[in-house]
Amino acid sequence: MEFLRDTWHLFLRLIRVTMRMPVFVIISIVQPVLWVLLFGQLFKSVTTIPGFGASSYVQFLAPGISIMTALFGAAYSGMGLLADIDRGVLDRLLATPVSRGALIAGRILHASVQVVVQAAIILLVAFLLGARSHGGLTGVLAVFLAASLLAAAFAGFSNAVALIARRQELVIAAMNFVVLPSTFLSSMIMSRNLMPGWIRGVSRFNPVNWAVTAARDGFEGRAPSEMILYLSLLAGFALICGFLATRSFGRYRKAM
Amino acid sequence: MSAIEVADLRKTYAGGVEALRGLSFAVRAGEVFALLGPNGAGKSTTVRILATLSAPTAGRARVAGFDVVEKPREVRRRIGYVAQASGVDVTATGRENLTLQGQLFRLSGAGLRGRVEELLHLFQLEAAADRPALTYSGGMRRRLDVAMGLIHRPEVLFLDEPTTGLDPESRSVMWKEVRRLAEGGLTLLLTTHYLEEADQLAQRLAIVDGGRIVAEGTPDDLKGRLRGDVISVELADRGRTAEAEAVLRGQEEVAGVMVDGTRLYAQVGHGARAVPSLLAVLEKAGLDVAQVSLSRPSLDDVYLTATGHAYRGEGEPASRPPTR
Repeated sequence: MEFLRDTWHLFLRLIRVTMRMPVFVIISIVQPVLWVLLFGQLFKSVTTIPGFGASSYVQFLAPGISIMTALFGAAYSGMGLLADIDRGVLDRLLATPVSRGALIAGRILHASVQVVVQAAIILLVAFLLGARSHGGLTGVLAVFLAASLLAAAFAGFSNAVALIARRQELVIAAMNFVVLPSTFLSSMIMSRNLMPGWIRGVSRFNPVNWAVTAARDGFEGRAPSEMILYLSLLAGFALICGFLATRSFGRYRKAM
Repeated sequence: MSAIEVADLRKTYAGGVEALRGLSFAVRAGEVFALLGPNGAGKSTTVRILATLSAPTAGRARVAGFDVVEKPREVRRRIGYVAQASGVDVTATGRENLTLQGQLFRLSGAGLRGRVEELLHLFQLEAAADRPALTYSGGMRRRLDVAMGLIHRPEVLFLDEPTTGLDPESRSVMWKEVRRLAEGGLTLLLTTHYLEEADQLAQRLAIVDGGRIVAEGTPDDLKGRLRGDVISVELADRGRTAEAEAVLRGQEEVAGVMVDGTRLYAQVGHGARAVPSLLAVLEKAGLDVAQVSLSRPSLDDVYLTATGHAYRGEGEPASRPPTR
């Protein structure tokens, strides 16, 4: 109970921080829209490649960009924690009776909620460009759920890296190392049918691909079995990353 | 009853740095107690352990009746911690900082709102309450820091270097706040590297050096332990200080002499009685005295005697004589 209350208060604090940076808010809205427009134009003709399996690239892209935004948004969540450490804010919080787990959970929740807002904007723009959720409302919710689970996982991972490395440069380097390869080892912008065999093989073990596939299955209104499998895997992955972050936080506190 | 009890506290950081080497002291409830020492003496480490932020390597510490290692949650409920580095969230307003701090102490509703208003008023932050703390001056941010530490009416408040980096005016405001808090019955543990600050604010103090306590008592006690006064003499002829030193050392009532440039400092049992006779022997030796003054020992002297080296502020060499 106290854990939930503390998580909520700390989550609200992070939301306030975000809202107080209008430039940040505008960028995080415009950026994904730009992705949709840019990729949508750039790769328009790939749909004509035999075997791509989708008639409209925007239709194909909308769930993918939602996941990409979630990934990019959450991957640097640990930076905020480092800023709190540097400014003495974390010490101040730790000297209160606040639930220790809530200090991490609040950040993970913040990352997950933020990406749902972004995904909603992306789907809206895609809708205006002609994309439709063939899975109806469930399809849209599947995109949101996949995006927020992936964001939760990467926020946890990012916070764990931050607590172990304790340097912003290392967090950036480590996350860059993970983010782009995992993007291209998924069907985010390229149809699974056209991937080389080895990438298709690797992508089966890639949580980013799980999220993309689950989101796209939902959006396209496909049979839900694969979607449910991947969403469950994602939830498990998010739990592991959350656990990792909590453990790193415990280690960090002990080392003080 | 002791509000803080520290027994043989030791802390060795990873990498082998020994920050505390067996530190013990006790603070009575309602007392203002200062840990005085230069940077790196172990003051902040001590406070961090008492605030449950850091675990001791060995030794025991109790705060407000609870062991900091065994019952950290009980301790946290009863303490306010104001760190050396401000813990203010600069992106949030003063009111938001106070409110969140209160919520984490499980305050809510009208009670919390009222307490926030009260503290904003008390620390003269009402006008700035809804501005992000980023826009605050150093003194305002420090006041907000202290206000945050008080939101839940703690039994013990830790103030780690409350005036470091403040301009003289903000410092005197902070001193006033500390005195007012002390009147309210709060137990206050403050750390400082300003001798004057410890002298002015603390009822009792401990001098920390190299992770140990080297002297403890009331400021007057500590000064009283250095029996006697210091007479400082400046000669008219600057070339003859060595001669004058020899003359002064020859006098029975002089316990010690220090020379700093053209000034001589003689430690004597009873200053007022010694001045005429010392002046007389100097005159007899043909040494003209340009200036003479008498002073009571200060905490600088206490520090020197306790640690064997003169008190150093940040980066200053230890070349200062024991009295000014």
